[in-house]
Amino acid sequence: MSGFARVFQIRPLWRTLAWLVPVAALLIAAPYLFDPFQTLTLTYGLIAAIGALGFNLLLGYTGLLSFGHSAYFGAGTYTVAFLVKYLKIASMELLLAGSVLASAIVSVLFGYVCVRYTRIFFGILTLALSQVLWSLAFKFFWVTGGTDGLRVPTPTLLGAGPTDDKMEFLAYHYYYYVLVVFAVCVLIMWVVVHSPFGKALQAIRDNETRAEFIGIRIRRYRLIAFVISGVFTGLAGALWGPLNGLASPDILVWTFSGEIVFMTVLGGFTTFVGPIVGAVAFTYLKTYAVGFTVYWQLLLGTVLLVLVLALPTGITGAIQDATARLRRSV
Amino acid sequence: VSVFAIHVFNALLYSSVLFLIAGGLSLIYGVMRIVNLAHGNLYALGAFVTAWAIGRAVDAGAPNVVLFALLPAGAIAAAGAGAVIERTLLRPFYKRPEEYQLLMTFGLLMILEDLIRLVWGPNPLSATNVYAALGSISIGDDRYPTYNLVIIAVGIVAAAFLWAFIYRTRFGVLLRATSQDKRMASALGVNVNRIYLQAFTLGCFMAGIGGAIVVPSQSAVLGMGVDALVLAFIVVVIGGLGSLEGALAGALIVGVVREAGISLFPEIELAVLYLIAAMVLLARPAGLFVRASR
Repeated sequence: MSGFARVFQIRPLWRTLAWLVPVAALLIAAPYLFDPFQTLTLTYGLIAAIGALGFNLLLGYTGLLSFGHSAYFGAGTYTVAFLVKYLKIASMELLLAGSVLASAIVSVLFGYVCVRYTRIFFGILTLALSQVLWSLAFKFFWVTGGTDGLRVPTPTLLGAGPTDDKMEFLAYHYYYYVLVVFAVCVLIMWVVVHSPFGKALQAIRDNETRAEFIGIRIRRYRLIAFVISGVFTGLAGALWGPLNGLASPDILVWTFSGEIVFMTVLGGFTTFVGPIVGAVAFTYLKTYAVGFTVYWQLLLGTVLLVLVLALPTGITGAIQDATARLRRSV
Repeated sequence: VSVFAIHVFNALLYSSVLFLIAGGLSLIYGVMRIVNLAHGNLYALGAFVTAWAIGRAVDAGAPNVVLFALLPAGAIAAAGAGAVIERTLLRPFYKRPEEYQLLMTFGLLMILEDLIRLVWGPNPLSATNVYAALGSISIGDDRYPTYNLVIIAVGIVAAAFLWAFIYRTRFGVLLRATSQDKRMASALGVNVNRIYLQAFTLGCFMAGIGGAIVVPSQSAVLGMGVDALVLAFIVVVIGGLGSLEGALAGALIVGVVREAGISLFPEIELAVLYLIAAMVLLARPAGLFVRASR
């Protein structure tokens, strides 16, 4: 019996390493393997992955569907734009720190209101609050640039200024910078969801009443999860700013929140890596759909419908089911 | 005084359209427990179909009477689209968690948005002939477009009809029974599937009316559905999701605040609306008109 237990404990680690090592190697070698355009798309994908990872702490682990994560993403991006424009800060590390602080403040404020609700009301309330930020960004044009947005120049990374070739800088230096931040975020999120705190969130998701009876302070735990989630998404927004070069109200509109939901469900919100896979897949899907046709929304909407109808657990969930079935039949 | 009267009319005008959109959204949620994110697009569909039909009639040299007769075209189109959507796409989802229903309607939103672009192109469509045909009336020293009064009247009539429909007809009884307890209604012999289809169609029809009556006074543009949906959300959050009285009160509050906001605090007009919604939710979680027990 103990032999069995040991085998079952060790084999998942092997299996994890079997795909983790090649994927990590591929990510590290990416700028040498692909042309700059591909690397940039991958950078966008990794940034989206950080945001989706944060989002999924609420959806997958706490059971709360937020339709307002554009607010924290936008808070991150706009903080970077403000710090650059009004305080002339060029160091990316300081910009990231500022964005983390700003998105934490916004998510504490919004979260305090939102975590009183669950299910559909939570979704609508997060959506409504996110639109407060959108309308502010939209209307206070003398501060935010209105629909034109604010320019976000290339920052310095660890004190090293941008090189002359902006494309090369973004597809090489900035890519590795994002990759490191991404790896750290994945590690932190892994620790969070496997900690007692993460287990408590899952208990709340599965049965709120029972969780309360064993002494979990539901509202406080939800608020903490909300803030962690918001900060991750804000960090993603901050990284996205210099890459995109512009902070505009488009990233605060609630349909952008819908895209974050979309990518998470695409990858599968029932697994840890689901949002990462989904974010990268969605970024490629959208990049090519936009390049392919002006009716990319039609295309993506259809993908979403098919996904929800046929693959409700997303890409990773479907792979998991398939391998489980395969193993049972062998 | 006349300026004040115009402000009141504008607020009522705005409230009428909002009630038609939010009332449909709320009705659908009340009966089916589905928040239809694509609801704004059905409103837009109503606007586009009516504008297109009237534009065609104008090209053909039709008299004004025909143009007025064509106004409901958008509402009928929206109702038809709603019926098809309910049968084909929503029905498989009633037993699934509501997150999937939200995603489904979000997918629909993207699809409808682009279908409208595909059919009518990226340029705005307008039907100003109807608006101009009615001219304007004088209020004190100022002129006010008569058509705006028509919109207000349609909103009031729609609210009255809906009330009579739900509280005074057999269909209304079945609708309310299904809304309160779907399984019990089903056990008592109510065809719940049919009620769902009818409720969804009625909700979409209302959104379609909203779009159809608004289009002579403002053009049908891409993205109008998404904007309208967010305002409709504010209305139902204030009034209470699933309550028609709430939708009416919410629409009036939003209409008045917006009209006051446009002249008094234009920069934060939208933000004030969202903050009102958030405050209502904090004070009365289920909205002003819904008992919290549900």
